[in-house]
Amino acid sequence: MTYLIDRRLQGKNKSAVNRERFLRRYKSQIKDAVGRAIKGRSITDIENGEKVSIPVKDVNEPSFGHAHGGVWEVVNPGNQEYQKGDQIARPKGGGGAGRGKAGNSDQTTEDDFIFELSREEFMNYFFEDLELPNLVKTQLTATTDFKTQRAGYTVSGTPSNIHVLRSLRGALGRRIAVGGPSRRQLAEAEQELETLLLDGAPLDDPKVVELKKLIHHLHTRLLAIPFIDPFDLRYSNRIKVPKPMTQAVMFCIMDVSGSMDEQRKDTAKRFFILLYLFLKRVYDKIDVVFIRHHTAAAEVDEHEFFHSRESGGTVVSSALNLLNKIIDERYGAGSWNSYVAQASDGDNWDNDSVLCRQLLTNTIMPKVQYYTYVEITDGPPQNLWEQYAQVPDHHQHFAMQKIVTPADIYPVFRELFKKQPK
Amino acid sequence: MNQMTKRPPHPRALPEQSEWTFELIEQAHEEIKRVAQGFGLDTYPNQLEIITAEQMMDAYTSVGMPVSYNHWSFGKHFLATEKGYKRGQMGLAYEIVINSNPCIAYLMEENSLTMQALVIAHAAYGHNSFFKGNYLFRTWTDAEAIVDYMVFAKNYIAECEQRHGIDAVELLLDSCHAIQNYGVDRYKRPAKLSLAQEQQRQKEREAYLQSQVNELWRTLPRREEEETVAQAPTRFPPEPEENLLYFIEKYAPLLEPWQRELVRIVRKISQYFYPQRQTQVMNEGWATFWHYTILNQLYDEGVVGDGFMMEFLKSHTNVVYQPPVHSQYYNGINPYALGFAMMTDIRRICEHPTAEDREWFPDIAGSDWKKTLDFAMRNFKDESFIAQYLSPKLIREFHFFAVLDDDKNEKLNVSAIHDEMGYRYVRQQLADQYNLGNREPNIQVWSVNTRDDRALTLRHTQFNRRPLNQQAHEVLKHVARLWGFDVHLDTVSPEGKLISTLECKREKRGRII
Repeated sequence: MTYLIDRRLQGKNKSAVNRERFLRRYKSQIKDAVGRAIKGRSITDIENGEKVSIPVKDVNEPSFGHAHGGVWEVVNPGNQEYQKGDQIARPKGGGGAGRGKAGNSDQTTEDDFIFELSREEFMNYFFEDLELPNLVKTQLTATTDFKTQRAGYTVSGTPSNIHVLRSLRGALGRRIAVGGPSRRQLAEAEQELETLLLDGAPLDDPKVVELKKLIHHLHTRLLAIPFIDPFDLRYSNRIKVPKPMTQAVMFCIMDVSGSMDEQRKDTAKRFFILLYLFLKRVYDKIDVVFIRHHTAAAEVDEHEFFHSRESGGTVVSSALNLLNKIIDERYGAGSWNSYVAQASDGDNWDNDSVLCRQLLTNTIMPKVQYYTYVEITDGPPQNLWEQYAQVPDHHQHFAMQKIVTPADIYPVFRELFKKQPK
Repeated sequence: MNQMTKRPPHPRALPEQSEWTFELIEQAHEEIKRVAQGFGLDTYPNQLEIITAEQMMDAYTSVGMPVSYNHWSFGKHFLATEKGYKRGQMGLAYEIVINSNPCIAYLMEENSLTMQALVIAHAAYGHNSFFKGNYLFRTWTDAEAIVDYMVFAKNYIAECEQRHGIDAVELLLDSCHAIQNYGVDRYKRPAKLSLAQEQQRQKEREAYLQSQVNELWRTLPRREEEETVAQAPTRFPPEPEENLLYFIEKYAPLLEPWQRELVRIVRKISQYFYPQRQTQVMNEGWATFWHYTILNQLYDEGVVGDGFMMEFLKSHTNVVYQPPVHSQYYNGINPYALGFAMMTDIRRICEHPTAEDREWFPDIAGSDWKKTLDFAMRNFKDESFIAQYLSPKLIREFHFFAVLDDDKNEKLNVSAIHDEMGYRYVRQQLADQYNLGNREPNIQVWSVNTRDDRALTLRHTQFNRRPLNQQAHEVLKHVARLWGFDVHLDTVSPEGKLISTLECKREKRGRII
């Protein structure tokens, strides 16, 4: 009896668990390797995963075995010249004759154990303990906002929500319902009275008097039914429904004045890419807007942003004005999460820096989720830094850091986006 | 070539194409089965499974089993295999076959029709009949129960992970793996159990083992009359124990019942693979001999054509190539090459013996080759197989030579070559090389200090003055973790003289975890 079974569609990735176990065990080494990889090379490659090497001695699983030494007699194939009794110089490295020595397991090569992290795995290590500050986190992790929506009527609420039409309709119904029996009795009594009077009954006939009394009583009763009762009130109901917030816009603002040399631009670029990768994890859709400025600001495409050369003085507020304008025109608050990353060497016209602070504090900060400013300089803080340093007093979702070399980007980034104590 | 192509076409000839289909595999299998049975191969029923390269890597890395428990070292092997495979540094194994009933053989979907036929002949009839026939497999493994047992092990370990945490389980398995080669009974024969019995017994065992341990390690003062008896210095264990894992499972003072069961699982699996480690040359040689013989027969009958044969021979010759010792590709003796050559040679000695063969192998020269080969397959392991059957002709063909490397001498000494004087010596040396007892250090449980600090002493009896490797101390830490108290490793000369000692102190007395 023979079975031929097609197993191709089932049981794929059985080793996934074991692979994950391995990564889990070597987490700290892998994180180090990922850290080194980021420092050492351009961040644009990051999306492709990463080769990680761990020293072989760390992943080695020890077992008892023989080391070289003592007496070994080994049979090898392929003798070409030797005769019995020939003396052979010991090969260097003490390996005896040939490498096929059984049990000689100390001769493991000291090469590293190298393997590749998938892109997904790499990103997980990369961003592992990065998290947006609490303030923004709700927006980020939930990726939902709420919008209110009408949902029928309720019997309680605030006076401003009273629904007049519904309330009156209810009142009318109640009045009809409550007054029904009395009205019927009234109609019967009036009918009877009319009949009696037509039959020529005198006005002081006791029956007429009684009917008149009854009619009066019923009239009074019907009039006692309130025109509107608290019971009738209906209020418009509004409920909150989650609204997906899966789109974000990221503004990259860079100073391209003469003082921003290639190296600084490159550093800024890496910072932007990092932010982009970070946001990419949370949002399905991210628009990226590039604004560069010297004395005047302009919106450009990515290539021009990083590659064109401009020179001249610096007026940072020009960029902020443009930013404000773009947000208002295209990324109205409510449906977009806006993130701004600004990179500069901190050089600005003196009187402009104050203007920048005012613009930020009063106009821009309320419209964005998070604003980061990195100053790429190895010198002392400039006037822009001093002005910006006042912004966090009013808006907590503003962060600034100084970057000296590309290797600082990652730590600075972590600092900017570090998990905040709850 | 002309003559060959003029043969009348066989009515059931396989088409000359490299794409396989299920129908063609079944057709090829029918033919192979017919020929194999004609040669008298006795096999378990076959279960052929088509899998992807990725699944092959999975199977490859979890000790070749269809199911296995989870552990990081399997992940490590997977990553290493995946890297090699993706870079094209190595081909994947064409086949994996599992010693079970039915015998499961994996066919990779990337293989051509020819390769599938090769794998079926090699694995489903070669290895399969070896598993069923060889005495070591018959004695030590239970083809009926292994898959069930692996399922039991996987579930049990997963359950332990849930109850005690992945870390605790992983730590314990690490330690067991470190001495799994010493978890083998070489002489005692295990009882065969079904899964149901195994689960039933597992419960009883937990209780029983724990009670035994408690008895051994009880701290209550003994009664007076016992005291006098105990005055005589009694050893524990009375005899040295070669199976470290067994000893730990049975006597480690601090292990909890579930930990003992884990030790047992690793031990059982190690025991299961023990025959494979001793019969590599024979097993691969046997399977290679049969795929070669069966497919040649199919070619002679006209079931397979020239194109098929060319592709088959190319793979076959790659597999049985033995690079010489000075080659950069030399990586020890290729078991496929040696095994195939020996099996083929035995047939030759039976069918066309020379005067030399009659002198060396009077019993088999001129005998029925099928019976002779079958006998050899059933009753030997690598060591004894080589000692019994390696012929002078093969020693010459392989240009075997023995080199003595004594660290007391300045130079290496060629102790024998492939000449009249050297045949027996080379053959014996090569056989010894396959003796697991020589390959692995001889380490046994020597004694336990039952009255004081509960320290465990292992004894390494030196062989040919060979020292232990540097990992020994690491391994000792694992033993100490399992044992729960100090562990010593004494190295002694064959005469029993203490040469050196390694020690692993437990810093904190405490449970493993």
